[in-house]
Amino acid sequence: MNALIISAILGVVMMFSSILLKQKNAVRSVAVSGIILLLLANILEMSGTVFFKVNTRGMIVFDQFALLFNSIIFLATLLYLLLSAKDMEKVGVNYAEYFALIFFILCGITLVSSFKSLLILFLGIEIISIPLYILTGSDKRNLKSNEASLKYFLLGSFSTGLMLMGIALYYGARGTFSTVIDPLITVTANPLLISGMSLLLFSMAFKVSAAPFHFWTPDVYDGAPTVFTSFMATIIKAAVFIGFIRLFDDAFEQVQSTWRIWIAVMTAVTLFIGNITAVFQQSVKRMLAYSSIAQAGFMLLSLYSMNTEAKEGLLIYAAAYCFATIGIFAVLAKMNDYTFDGFNGLSKREPLIAATLTILLLSLAGIPLTAGFLAKFYMLKATIATPNSLWLVIFAVLMAAVSVYYYFRVIQAIYFKEESTSSPTIEFSPFFKGAMLILAGLVILLGLFPDILVNWLYF
Amino acid sequence: MIAFFLIFLPLLTGLLTFFIKEEKLIKGFAFMSVLATLAVSVLGLTLFKAEENLQFTAQWMQPLGSSFSLKLDGMGQLLCLLTAISYPLVFLGSWNSTYKKPNNFFALMLLAQAGLMGVFLAMDALLFYFFWELALIPMYFLCSQWGGERRIQVTFKFFICTFVGSVLMLIGILYLQSKTPDHSFSLRAFYNLELTTKTQSWLFWLFFLAFAIKMPVFPFHTWQPDTYEQAPTATTMILSGVMVKMGLLGLLRWLLPVLPIASYVWGDVVMSLSIIGIIYASLIAIRQDDIKRLVAYSSIAHIGLMCAAIFAENKSGMQGVLLQMFNHGINIIGLWIIVEIIERRFGTRKISELGGLAQKAPAMAIFFVIIALANIALPLTNAFAGEFLMFNGLLNAKSNYYLWFTVFAGLGIILAAVYTLNMIRKVFYGEVNTITAAATDLKLNEKLALGIIVVLIFWIGVYPQAILDVTDNFSQTLTDRVDISHLFRKK
Repeated sequence: MNALIISAILGVVMMFSSILLKQKNAVRSVAVSGIILLLLANILEMSGTVFFKVNTRGMIVFDQFALLFNSIIFLATLLYLLLSAKDMEKVGVNYAEYFALIFFILCGITLVSSFKSLLILFLGIEIISIPLYILTGSDKRNLKSNEASLKYFLLGSFSTGLMLMGIALYYGARGTFSTVIDPLITVTANPLLISGMSLLLFSMAFKVSAAPFHFWTPDVYDGAPTVFTSFMATIIKAAVFIGFIRLFDDAFEQVQSTWRIWIAVMTAVTLFIGNITAVFQQSVKRMLAYSSIAQAGFMLLSLYSMNTEAKEGLLIYAAAYCFATIGIFAVLAKMNDYTFDGFNGLSKREPLIAATLTILLLSLAGIPLTAGFLAKFYMLKATIATPNSLWLVIFAVLMAAVSVYYYFRVIQAIYFKEESTSSPTIEFSPFFKGAMLILAGLVILLGLFPDILVNWLYF
Repeated sequence: MIAFFLIFLPLLTGLLTFFIKEEKLIKGFAFMSVLATLAVSVLGLTLFKAEENLQFTAQWMQPLGSSFSLKLDGMGQLLCLLTAISYPLVFLGSWNSTYKKPNNFFALMLLAQAGLMGVFLAMDALLFYFFWELALIPMYFLCSQWGGERRIQVTFKFFICTFVGSVLMLIGILYLQSKTPDHSFSLRAFYNLELTTKTQSWLFWLFFLAFAIKMPVFPFHTWQPDTYEQAPTATTMILSGVMVKMGLLGLLRWLLPVLPIASYVWGDVVMSLSIIGIIYASLIAIRQDDIKRLVAYSSIAHIGLMCAAIFAENKSGMQGVLLQMFNHGINIIGLWIIVEIIERRFGTRKISELGGLAQKAPAMAIFFVIIALANIALPLTNAFAGEFLMFNGLLNAKSNYYLWFTVFAGLGIILAAVYTLNMIRKVFYGEVNTITAAATDLKLNEKLALGIIVVLIFWIGVYPQAILDVTDNFSQTLTDRVDISHLFRKK
């Protein structure tokens, strides 16, 4: 509850800060302290200190899972702001508004991670989506940014429509919006419920860009200003995933046999399309867009297997994926050239940035010692415990091997290729380097001791 | 504690080496580090060979069912000793080579050593997998950064091939873990599993692929000659001398005893592949003009013989393989040292462009001939003892086709003599030409490294029992474990 209310207030504060504060540095400091406050308030709630007592009539429940997830998201956002907040200046003039929108999105995320009623889910998704449409189009003079925004808005509204329709059908089948089901009641798979479920499945799949609902992703990610692409591809995606898994874990648990095979097919297709298409990209930004689809495929495995390990694993996956991708996007946002060649010879100019970037890329590729490996490991372990799913596991690891190809292309450019002499040098501030070092450190720490994260779930 | 130091000494010194600036200091520091590791390894064989000194267990990833458990068993002792001896030899033999950014080069070499030690010591499947990959990553950077012209593509192929193998193995490990009663990754839990023949069969291939790509066994060897050729020679020495043993160790520790029925069922297929590999690689080696590629192919043939002998599944074969693992490591490093000297002095590795070296560099010729003869297993050299035991093992194999396997494997020995002697003839004898006219003989460090290798060759050749004693217990337990004849008796 702390996070929900504080993030909403912070959103309003940031809106007014543009009038009150003339200095961009000041705005940035307010935003960073705001997110630290949010993180602390949320951690306090995990240990039992709740500032606001609101009776939500069981529509929102902040359990340990939701709170831990929120903490991960706030930590990721903090790191994101530390790395990328300065680059937002380049996007447009409404600097403070961007932070306001980000805080509103965080407010939506707290709803999505803790809903017990489909209405709250809908509210949460909308609160996330509408600021996102604006952020996508925030580079107003850039035609690609406008195109991306429009495309995202149209398709996003369409999927929202599907979701509403699904919620309506669910209400028709069950007579309530609540996702809490008394274990004594057996839910029968009647057509009303199943069609409602499938519409919800489609709309959620759209939001996490799972195939075959992924077509918007590359264009929108490519068109949006890189700093905001980073936010969309990591924090938003992870948040919607939590909503996704909560929805199917609570509301549709008893009809699992119906949707499990759908999810299996969706996972396989997502993994295939994401990985294979990423191999052929020439721009690192588009490669990361497809890689985000591929990683979503891996996260879908948690939905497929839906056991304790899967849920723990999703938390680790969300953290590992967010940390790594935020760092890579932050460096990318500073590049002049978004092709693979743009990274040529980075190790000679900036050995520290090169080394941290390599650790993050290794994590995305799933090499041991990094959080990315353990994340994938949890997913595979959860899936292998599910009967008759060996084919999916084998397919997934083969696709993971494909992913090595495109992540290592960046590493090859960084270390083994000579830079072209004409390119202007890029400045990395010591502060930025420090933040990258923290990210890389977190990735390795989590890769060695996942317990420090997972143990929070149980006390 | 011995086990712990064997991993953490190179790990720590490796990380420190990144920050040293001066080249001489780097080389000296790295050399001291590997000498210290060698000392620890020797201590593990002599003074501290009590059981409790050789084990190390710590809590790690408890909720996942894993633990940080290391142990030096017979095979572990032998392979750790091999790793520990190889590194000083490699550094000594390539002392005169200069590298761009030497701190990174030596740091990565030491990290690779830590990874290799980890693979040889891990008694927990997840830990094993960790080290298995970690040994690979420094190698990737070493080969891609300091290698030859085509290094980037070639190393990438090598990396992808081994990565595919290892993720398949990961599935196998995860499946086995899910079948253990207490959901543990420990080796002992894996040994106690009783799985059906069908399950064992598909698991067998998941594991075998990973190991076969690493060794490499025909037809998974395609990455190997290119990588050996393109990698910087010091790295090639580690790759071929030590790293290929990861695959053989995998078979001996993680495949045969865990899946004994499948190993018996598929033994003939694997042995056939190995034997085909021996003949195939030897025939190609005869046609090679590049010395590095020739040695690379000869290595495939040797590994093929070891792989076949493992699947003979008897004690003589096992002992032969273990002994030969050590010998092969020593011998091939010796060959590479001389190849590197030739390449550095003359700027070419082409056999057709060289000749008459024996007149100009007699010491080099003597060393090379001795090591080459060891490579083809002449009596009195170390490889003779190993190959003798392996052939003995093959002849006593339970397979119906054991005679064919033995005959064709024996053909491989003859072919090995053909290409090795042919190379010696063309490179060291014959007319001196313009390239070799200015040849000079070995430097002191090179003499020292090669001298140690030659001493080892003769010592083990005359007294192989020293090594066989170390591994005797291990081979016996292993043979008992893979013996599935009691299953037949029951029916």
